[in-house]
Amino acid sequence: MSDNAKSEPQRAEHQQGEGRAYWYLRGVLRSFSVPGLVLTSAFIGFASLARDAGLSLVQTVFMTGMIWALPAKVVLVGAILAGSSLPATALAVALSSVRLAPMVVALMPEMRTPRTRPWVLYLLSHFVAITSWVLAMESLRSVPREMRTTYYAGLGSTLVLANMIVVALVFLLASHLPPQVSAALFFLTPIYFLTSLWGSARERAGHVAMILGLASGPLFRLLMPGFELLAAGLIAGGAAYAWHRAQRRKEVVG
Amino acid sequence: MSFDAIDTWWWPFVFILIAGWAATDGWRFLGVYLGGKLSEESDLLVFVRCVATALVAAVIANLVVFPGGALADSPLLLRIVAAIIAFSAYLLTRKNILLGILAGEAVLLSGLFLL
Repeated sequence: MSDNAKSEPQRAEHQQGEGRAYWYLRGVLRSFSVPGLVLTSAFIGFASLARDAGLSLVQTVFMTGMIWALPAKVVLVGAILAGSSLPATALAVALSSVRLAPMVVALMPEMRTPRTRPWVLYLLSHFVAITSWVLAMESLRSVPREMRTTYYAGLGSTLVLANMIVVALVFLLASHLPPQVSAALFFLTPIYFLTSLWGSARERAGHVAMILGLASGPLFRLLMPGFELLAAGLIAGGAAYAWHRAQRRKEVVG
Repeated sequence: MSFDAIDTWWWPFVFILIAGWAATDGWRFLGVYLGGKLSEESDLLVFVRCVATALVAAVIANLVVFPGGALADSPLLLRIVAAIIAFSAYLLTRKNILLGILAGEAVLLSGLFLL
């Protein structure tokens, strides 16, 4: 099939031209899904948290667009509430966001082609946060490789823009929510990730990593507060990888 | 040098840019740089996926065990039971995310209103 496309460059180009808009739109539509809805609910909860903390509408919308990852924003608002200094706040946010690096490392080879320009990948990496990462790891496999960056651009930009609007609307419209409703909105995020992370695993080791990570998050929070995510990632992830290697050796031998 | 330290309109935005944007996109850009050196089949990538998955799982568990906001006032046991029921419902319904979420929220909300 690829030989065919090479021998007819004009037709291939034409098909690609049509394909870009189609796959961008497919990405946009993918964001209007259960995960997108859950994320939006979590942002309703976040916006009311930010408003209670005394932040302005413009500041909160700006924060949503520039940071995007929800846990990092919750840490930032917490530090602002606590009156932390700029360096201490930056350190706390950076520590809560280390996971973004391995998430991006895992995602990039799925999207990249030999012809992908680096600035496209740097730009798209801004959209990486748990929801778009899980959605992408799930759906990119069914997208033609050439169209994956386009697809992810549609998915990521729609999620960011839609939630910037949602944050603004919460500031403009919502009166204070009843505490049970806020609690239920906050709870949506962890239980959504709990289910979707399981489904996005590539190999059994992903499930092992998830179970060990769930157990080690709170454990390391108590043992080494501030470094719990780093420790949980390296130790639980490392153990899952060791399990993966041991399983494979067993397969080869047995 | 806190968020309220300098009384101008632009200081909060500078604060958000340095403590927020640089502290998150720095990791993302590092990821693109390092990801460019790995192929999709690389065994190292299995390790990276394991670390990323464990990190996200740790975030999830901490959101349940040590939540912020309105959820902080609910009993720990209720949150853990609701999360376990959500995950069990998800597995029992052949990985239906929506039903898993509804089951978990139903447990949490009934607990909050009854307790």
